[in-house]
Amino acid sequence: MKIEFTLNNKPETVDTDPMRRLLDVLRDDFGLSGVKEGCGEGECGACSVLVNGEIVFSCITPVGTVEGCTILTIEGYRKTDRYRTLEKALEEAGGVQCGFCTPGFVLAAEALLRRNPHPSEDEIREGLSGNLCRCTGYSGIVEGIRAVAEREGLWAT
Amino acid sequence: MGNMTDAYRPGSLEEAYRVRARTGAVPLAGGTDLMVRHRRPAGLVPDPGCPVLLIGHLESLARVEEGPDAVRIGACATYTSLLKHESVPEILKRCIGLLASPPIRNRGTLGGNICNSSPAGDTLPVLYALDCSLVLASTRGERVLPIDRFITGPGKNTLADDEIVKEIVVPKNSFSSQYYRKVGTRRANALSKISFAGLFSKESGRVRDIRIAIGAVAPTIVRSREIEGSLKGMPIAMLKKTAGAVAARYKPLIRPISDQRSTERYREGVSLRLLEQYLTTGIEQEE
Repeated sequence: MKIEFTLNNKPETVDTDPMRRLLDVLRDDFGLSGVKEGCGEGECGACSVLVNGEIVFSCITPVGTVEGCTILTIEGYRKTDRYRTLEKALEEAGGVQCGFCTPGFVLAAEALLRRNPHPSEDEIREGLSGNLCRCTGYSGIVEGIRAVAEREGLWAT
Repeated sequence: MGNMTDAYRPGSLEEAYRVRARTGAVPLAGGTDLMVRHRRPAGLVPDPGCPVLLIGHLESLARVEEGPDAVRIGACATYTSLLKHESVPEILKRCIGLLASPPIRNRGTLGGNICNSSPAGDTLPVLYALDCSLVLASTRGERVLPIDRFITGPGKNTLADDEIVKEIVVPKNSFSSQYYRKVGTRRANALSKISFAGLFSKESGRVRDIRIAIGAVAPTIVRSREIEGSLKGMPIAMLKKTAGAVAARYKPLIRPISDQRSTERYREGVSLRLLEQYLTTGIEQEE
């Protein structure tokens, strides 16, 4: 099946099995290795990407369902000021250790801040609840996002 | 990579009915259940073993419409979209807010939860308590079936090979309290060990209406109109005093299994205690 979508701001077309996981298409066909496979069953969030601005698990998304959608992976997001701001805040708060879960967390944070530029701690934890981190214990990640939300006007409309 | 999956991406609902009738392809909206159930090792295409009908993009299946007597929820409206919609009943929103995680709620749908027909389906006790019906549609036309007559067993339902669940019809009703509890291993992403929905309304100190639905404790959702009927008209003080006895009447209906999430004994014990707690304090609180 021919499937068209916008990937990291570029129009793309793939001709492939529509039941292939978006995760495999992004990694194998486009070389986007920032999209990680953790659990492969929608529990850990390492494979998170934004589809039409919403956080989605690419490991359980058949590529046939993203026809006409806009997809953003960490590779596209890292070119933005928002990314650079989040990166610095997570660094300062100790929100990154091994780094495997980080692309997913960063995109989950972006999805949250888009919807809610000034989230409470509970709202941050809720927004990140689809992502697992085995290193940091979450506090550093939550702290980093809270610092960004308090300090920066980048997400305010 | 082997053979391509036969998948269809209809441009309209009418085309979807025709393809479904011709091929029997299984409807897939967000894929959050089917992709996990049919997953294969990394890099291999999930194999459902049958053709697939992609319907998640059909806008005519994603609408929410409020009429005078009922709210009609499109089977493919995502959970996230329902959380934002003012016509969606409070108890359903509360349940969806506790369901899985934001990325799943961005893709998952009521239609999927219903057709998956798992006894642990999070939204099912709520839909049972709300007396929901389903609009099942095909090239032959439409039929409407109450949800408790649609789901017949774990993973089993009466969807015909050419039908698609089109809408969920939620009758409008006012309740004095709407109560939902989910027992799971952790707050996010856990599948339910037990889920519990209670709807209650009162009139001059007596029970006007009470509806109790319990999930993951029997092959299908437990709801007893007989027991509920016997409680109507009862003074609320008496209901509270006899809560233990009422809960005991549910005991023969609670027939749980042990699985990787919980044990039979835990599920029975906790569901009876949830019942008792609901009848004594839950009916007058929102949770």
